[in-house]
This record gives sequence, structure tokens and C-alpha cells, in this order.
Amino acid sequence: MDLTFTPEEDAFRAEARAWLRAHVPSVPLPSLETREGFAAHRAWEAELAADRWSVVDWPSGYGGRDAGLIRWLIFEEEYYAAGAPGRVGQNGISLLAPTLFDHGTRQQRARVLPSMASGEVIWAQAWSEPEAGSDLASLKAKAVRTDGGWLLTGQKTWSSRAAFADRAFGLFRSEPDTPKPHQGLTYLMFDLRAPGVTVRPIGRLDGKPAFAELFLDEVFVPDEDVIGELGQGWRIAMSTAGNERGLKLRSPGRFLASACRLLTLWQAQGGPETTKPSVADALIGARAYQLFTYAAASRFLDGQELGPESSLNKVFWSEYDIALHETALDLLGEEGEFTDTDWSEGYVFALAGPIYAGTNEIQRDIIAERLLGLPKGRR
Amino acid sequence: MRFLLDAEQRAFAASLDAMLTSADTPSVVRDWSRGERGSGRALWSRIAQAGVFALAVPEEYDGLGPRPVELTVAFVELGRHAVPGPLVETVTAAVLLDKAERLLPPLASGETMATLAYGSPYALDGDAATTRLALTPDGLHLAPGHGPVRPSLDPARRLTPLTPGGELLTPTPPVGHALARARLATAAQALGVGLALLDKTVAYVKQRTQFGAPIGSFQAVKHRLADAKIALEFARPLLFGAALTMEPADIAAAKVTACEAAYTTARTALQLHGAIGYTAECDLSLWLTKARALRTAWGTPDECRALVVSGGGRRW
Repeated sequence: MDLTFTPEEDAFRAEARAWLRAHVPSVPLPSLETREGFAAHRAWEAELAADRWSVVDWPSGYGGRDAGLIRWLIFEEEYYAAGAPGRVGQNGISLLAPTLFDHGTRQQRARVLPSMASGEVIWAQAWSEPEAGSDLASLKAKAVRTDGGWLLTGQKTWSSRAAFADRAFGLFRSEPDTPKPHQGLTYLMFDLRAPGVTVRPIGRLDGKPAFAELFLDEVFVPDEDVIGELGQGWRIAMSTAGNERGLKLRSPGRFLASACRLLTLWQAQGGPETTKPSVADALIGARAYQLFTYAAASRFLDGQELGPESSLNKVFWSEYDIALHETALDLLGEEGEFTDTDWSEGYVFALAGPIYAGTNEIQRDIIAERLLGLPKGRR
Repeated sequence: MRFLLDAEQRAFAASLDAMLTSADTPSVVRDWSRGERGSGRALWSRIAQAGVFALAVPEEYDGLGPRPVELTVAFVELGRHAVPGPLVETVTAAVLLDKAERLLPPLASGETMATLAYGSPYALDGDAATTRLALTPDGLHLAPGHGPVRPSLDPARRLTPLTPGGELLTPTPPVGHALARARLATAAQALGVGLALLDKTVAYVKQRTQFGAPIGSFQAVKHRLADAKIALEFARPLLFGAALTMEPADIAAAKVTACEAAYTTARTALQLHGAIGYTAECDLSLWLTKARALRTAWGTPDECRALVVSGGGRRW
């Protein structure tokens, strides 16, 4: 058992740190949930990609550095410590890409991944529907066979980044009347600017169009954009949800950096005793999440499955993120209510954490049933 | 970077777990609480034979240590089985008695049982311990005796004042190192207590039926247990991380987190057991009360958090 990095890993860290120091914008970019900010963040993705820093863990053939999980963790620590911008390409990079690595064809990877890595194509996810949220498998949007591909019809919602993104991926019902709802679903990619797609941006709590509703009316998707086997979409989507992806949805580097910023803010406010416990908990939580992730990464590299354990992860970081930002806003006092600060942006973003990527109630059910072995009951 | 226990460390944990399971610790705890020490002393010897105390003692004094990771592994198991006695104090004494040739070897072999008072007149199991140490502003003393037991919420924790004075062993004991050892061992013990409480409660809610269904199938019950599981599983890496670095801020973080996780789990365990869990007869009480006591032993939550903040500018 050890927490030491190899000289090569230390050198990688130093290289990343030096590059970030030279390139991270000195003035924060505008919110990525605005048209202007989205464009600025897309340009930042291109800058990262130009020096192969946008997807360090991917194979070099697709724009990465074959860096592996440990170096990805190191890069993320340096990235957020440097105060670098949020990643507008995150949905594609952390959700679609792992699916393509596991279930896509070589042609699909060659076609999709390089433009994802460079930010030229930004991906949105299309899972939820108005009547299918936590009970995602009850989704109704359908894929109907046509010459050379499929026609998508239905409604998707809460599609993060879709207001300004280029393409989307999600699950569609390709076989009607299956015995169980999670059968007969197919994983597909489609163009958000294709004929038949209407994107209606939705203002999140602070009014910024962070997500959108998608109305699909016979949208054509060629066969080459079906991922994996027909009718196996649920299994494909869940296999990546439970494994490495669970580790990569939120990197520890992000919270370590936020906790350090919180400590600085607390000190700048004169270090009030009453807030000290919350600041301590932010520091402790960031360290706990980092070490939990190191342990999970070590098990993963040992060849062990991570599986339902990622539910522990998700509940932890999503609640942690809110608590940290609440402490910051409390410390800011009256300043805390203004929306033009990084803390405010972070707070509003954090509030969504316990809701998306499987609500925390669903995650607690998974922990109780699959990790603790409690009997299934009515939700 | 490989942040995982190796096969040998896991086997050590499993062998301790098996030994302690066969020792029927609940009845040992009940004897100990009444001041009957026979079964507790016998168990102490078996723990010593398993090498636990030797892990705290340097090799030149007949020990195998110091090996903080293995010691942490051991204390998780001791906590899991609610083993009574001045366990933390004994492994902490091994740090303080650094150069005391005559006192260290019998500590490693389990022949002696040490206790320690620091920042308070009370020492754990002062009536049972054979080496009573007092850390005072002028140094480390060998206390000449002890006063009467003052009852603790955890009846297995028999706290006694130590008689002031006695031989001055050293005017400059390594207090910082000793505190680090005590906090780490307490944190590990607390994690073990929490893990046991979770296991027992999961087993109970699977078999307890109300409204025609096991209560463990109800979401309100599941979610409390899920939260306990999360708290414990995030305390674990802090604990082993602290054992590797032995940095005071890391140890303080592990202490407050493990103790709070164990305490949260204790509250959940009590609530989900209902009235039966609120009785002294139910063995659950042996772990429930310990979870409360360990929270403040060797560093209150406030002290630990203050240490984290003062040491926390450092980048993790």
C-alpha cells in the first residue's frame, strides 16, 4: 500500500502544470451556459487539444496521450488547481467516449472521437423524457426502421448542453411491446441540427439555458450511428455507468481545488470560528474523495469490477459539492446573493448534482440493494 | 501508487477477525464491564500472540514495528469485535516509552497492559493496567496508583483517575508522535465499531418483519443504511491514507471522520432496531455506547477540525 507516484508520473505532473500555467486564461471565461461562454469554452477545448491535453487518458490515435487512469487523476488535480475553465465537452468525453471504447466500432471511434477531443463537435445527452426520469427504462421515444437507418420520434428533456451543442446520444425504443421495459432499447447518436429536430432551451434555476427539450419528428439516423447491438441499449448504457465512468464523472482534483479556494476565502474573511468546522469538512471531504478515488482506481487497475460502488461516489460528491458552496456563500454574506461570481455559478451548478446521473434516491436504493443486500421493495 | 491493502495485510485482518469471532467477545465485554478481568486478560494474550502489540513496538525492543498500516488493520478488527481494555493506550505507550528498555518488551508480548492519562486525570482501565502512565507538563510519569472507577456510558470503558506523582520516566516525551498514534488507533477502532453496527443492523432489518414485509425493503430504512455505508466507506481511505503519511492533519481528518461515521451508524442502528436496541441486554449496546465514547476520546471533533484547518493550506 502506497501513495507515492513514479518519477515518470511526477514528470507528467510537472509538464501538465507548466503547460497550464502558460495557457490558462488569466480572466475567467464567461459562463459556459451562455452562447458567448459556450463559444469561449469551445475555443479553450481546441487550445487544450492542440497540445494533446484535452483527453490525456485516450489512445494517442484519437488525440490522447495513452496516459491511463493514474495520470488522468494527476492531470485533473493540476487542471483544477490551475483554475482552468470548466469542460464544455464533458458529456461526450465522460459518457459517450467510454461507451464507444467498449461497444463502438473502430469506424465509429475514428469518426467521432477526434472531433470530440478538439471541441469541434460538442455532445449533449438525451436520456430523460417528460415521463421517464428516475424510471428511465420506461422511456417512449422510438426508433423506427427505414432504408439505411432509423427514424427517431419523440421527446427528450433535461438534455444538458443541448442548447448550443452539435450532436446528441441517447436511448430509443427500437422494439415495441417487449416483456420488460429495459428490453428493446437501442443506443443511438444523432445530429441536433438534422431535419425534424427542434431544440427548446430551458432556463435552469438562474435562468441560464443549461439544458434543453428536444422534439424529434422522424429524424433520420444512419445505421453507422447505432452503437452496439440493436435492442441492447440499456445494457450498454449501464455497463459504462457502473464502471470506469463512475470514477471519471467528477474528478477529485476539482474538489481539492474548490476546498483550497474556500480555505483562502475563509482566511480572507478573517477566519471566523463559527465557519471553521464547515471549512474543515470541505478540506476533509476533498481528501476523502481523492483517497477513495485512488483506492477505486487501484482496484480497477488490479482488474476488479467497480460496479455499484460508483453509487457511493455519486451521492458523496454531489452532496459535498453543495455543502462546500453553501459555506462559501455564507462566508460571502451579502455578496453571496449576486449571480456574477464563480461561487454563485458553482452553487447553481452543484444544486443539480443530486438530481442528474441517477438521483441520489436511486443511488441509495442501489447501495442498499446491491452493496448491502437488502430486499427489493416498491420505490 | 497502489492504495490497496496487500494480500498479506488482508490475510492478517481475516485471521484476527476469525480469532475474535471465536472468542465470543460480547461475553468478554460483559465480564470486563463488571470488573472481572480473567476472560479479558486471556483475550489480551491471544491478541498479543497474533502480534498486534508488537506492531507498535520497535524491533530493537522485541517488537515488529512501528507498522502503522498493519496496526490500523488490527484496530479496525478490534473495534469490529468491541474488544475491551486499554488497547489504544497500550500502543500509544509504546511510542512514549521509546527508550525505556525495561517497559517495552513486556508490552510487545502482552505481559503488561498500559494506560495513559493526558490532559485529564482519567486513564482508561487504570484498575486493570499494569503500567500506568501520566503525561504532565513536566514530563512522563509512572503513576503510583489509581483512584476509583467512574462509570462511562460505555460500561466496558472503566476510567479511573491516576494518583499524581511517581517516577519521572522522561522530561521530554514525544507527545506529538504519541497523540498521532492514539488518534490513528482510535479512528481505526471507531471505523471497526461502525462497520460492525452496520452489519448487525443490515442483518436485523432483513429478518424483522412489519406490515408483512422485511423492514429492510422500505426505502426510509434503506436510505439511512445507505448513508451509513457511504460515511464508513469514505472514512476508510482517510484512515489508511493517514496511516501512510502519519501527518497530524491527515490523522485528525481520519479521526473526526471515522468517529462521526461510526456515530452516525450507531444512531441509525439504534433507530432501526427500535426499542430492543435501546436495552442493555441487547449486545448491540456494546457497540452503540462505544461509538459515542470514541468520538471524544483522544481528540474531540472540534480539536480535530481545528488541526485540519491549521494544517490544511498544504496541498493534498
